[in-house]
Amino acid sequence: MKEAFTVPKTYAEINERIRKGQAVVVTAEEMIDLVEEEGVKKAAEKVDVVTTGTFGPMCSSGAVLNTGHTTPRMKIAKAWLNDVPAYCGLAAVDLYVGVTEPQQDDPLNANHPGQFRYGGGHVIEDLIARKDVRLVAEAYGTDCYPRKQLDTWINVKTLNQAYLLNPRNSYQNYNVAVNLSTQRDIYTYMGVVKKDLGSASFCSAGQLSPLLNDPYYRTIGIGTRIFLAGAQGYVYWEGTQHSPSDARGENGVPKGGSGTLAVVGNLKDMDTEFFRGASMLGYGCTAAVGIGIPIPILDEEMARYTAVKDADIVAPVIDYSHNYGHNEGKPLGHVSYAALKSGSININGRDIPTTPLSSYRKAQQIAGILKEWITRGEFFIQEPVQLLPTPDTGQKFRPLKERPVSGGVA
Amino acid sequence: METRRVVLRFPKHLLDKPITSQLVRQFDLDFNILRADITQESEGLLIMGLTGKKADLEKGLRWAREQGVEIQPLSKDVVRNEKACTHCGACINVCPTDALTIDLETREVVFNANRCIACELCVPACPFRAMEVAF
Repeated sequence: MKEAFTVPKTYAEINERIRKGQAVVVTAEEMIDLVEEEGVKKAAEKVDVVTTGTFGPMCSSGAVLNTGHTTPRMKIAKAWLNDVPAYCGLAAVDLYVGVTEPQQDDPLNANHPGQFRYGGGHVIEDLIARKDVRLVAEAYGTDCYPRKQLDTWINVKTLNQAYLLNPRNSYQNYNVAVNLSTQRDIYTYMGVVKKDLGSASFCSAGQLSPLLNDPYYRTIGIGTRIFLAGAQGYVYWEGTQHSPSDARGENGVPKGGSGTLAVVGNLKDMDTEFFRGASMLGYGCTAAVGIGIPIPILDEEMARYTAVKDADIVAPVIDYSHNYGHNEGKPLGHVSYAALKSGSININGRDIPTTPLSSYRKAQQIAGILKEWITRGEFFIQEPVQLLPTPDTGQKFRPLKERPVSGGVA
Repeated sequence: METRRVVLRFPKHLLDKPITSQLVRQFDLDFNILRADITQESEGLLIMGLTGKKADLEKGLRWAREQGVEIQPLSKDVVRNEKACTHCGACINVCPTDALTIDLETREVVFNANRCIACELCVPACPFRAMEVAF
């Protein structure tokens, strides 16, 4: 017999139910139906955890690698992984490879739009796939680190540490990119956007996306255990550009970007199904990252938040032919994810076909896997050790105020 | 019944003749126009799928050649690497023939090779390089 349900619940109570194999876990999609059928109160009593998911390009991602020391020792000063430069301004054999770093000899946008076939994201995908990666390194040599040259294969299996350390992932909400230019298609991090309002790109899982299901960051904070690219990872900080005080709708859901997460997880446990190097035509390399976050239903408020649906979440429509690049103008309007996912939105009286950059199919898979892990007692929820900055902090993402240097370059 | 995707080039002097219409009527063929254009050299370019009995298809294409139409099979194919595709949808807006669409139920990107004219626009537009050209 199941124990009597009570709300509010604690993290410890929910984890105890997970341990006993009694936890009731549903995906954020299933929660919508449940709340619609049974109401917020009953749903809050019944459900312990709601799982979320998202899979899309997330440029602020990268991996920390410790290669182990060479003999003789070497303090690596410059390094390339499959010809992709890695950052070496750390200790002797610690490297950081960022997903947007292109290969050394990439022609970039010399022949616009550039293809950016291989970059840091692809290196990380190859590492996760347990493929050998070529490491070439140079050093200037010191008394303690005499070696100056290195050319070797490495493999994630034999690296001391290899972990994703992503400064900004899982944007709470995101812009819809359109192109007001009548002259040309544009090539952006939101994909190809066709001229004269010819297409509209969007990039969020909407109702399945983690931070849209916990709009005020009540349960997602520093220390939250998450699904990261197929492994168990953690939120380690607010993401860069975390901007909780952006405008919100009556339901508390931000009407634009807003919150972000910094996340970490072990590369050795990851799966390329949920981490992919990506090439955005005319923009650059990046990687698509899969993230899933469990949301404990502590009380009715969390039940209400996790029942948010696409029709109630709106995103700002922004011109990327000029306004975005020049920080000018205002959104052309706001549209709901229900409209975006229908295949067409209406802007300025015109029907515009929509193009998703974020895979809803993968987001569903991730929420489903996380649900399975928790149901099987393999994944426990973790109470944040510190909450993220909330809207009442007034924290906003500020532009850079330039203070030109006399005689400087600009 | 079989379907062939063919590229038809009409020299300038044939542009005002109802050859396509005669072709499908006389030889009992169904057609699905994938692309129609007038090229810079003022010749007509028509890419279409023709469906009919094998013998009719062959007779029909022979007849069209006799009228002066240059015919080639659509030799290139764009294929999808199913393992690489993440079903995001970044390709659908560049496809001119709606060969790439999103199934609103399953949220999967559907590739309908029969509608594909091998223009290759999706090849570089796919962030995961899942669309490949096969010869």
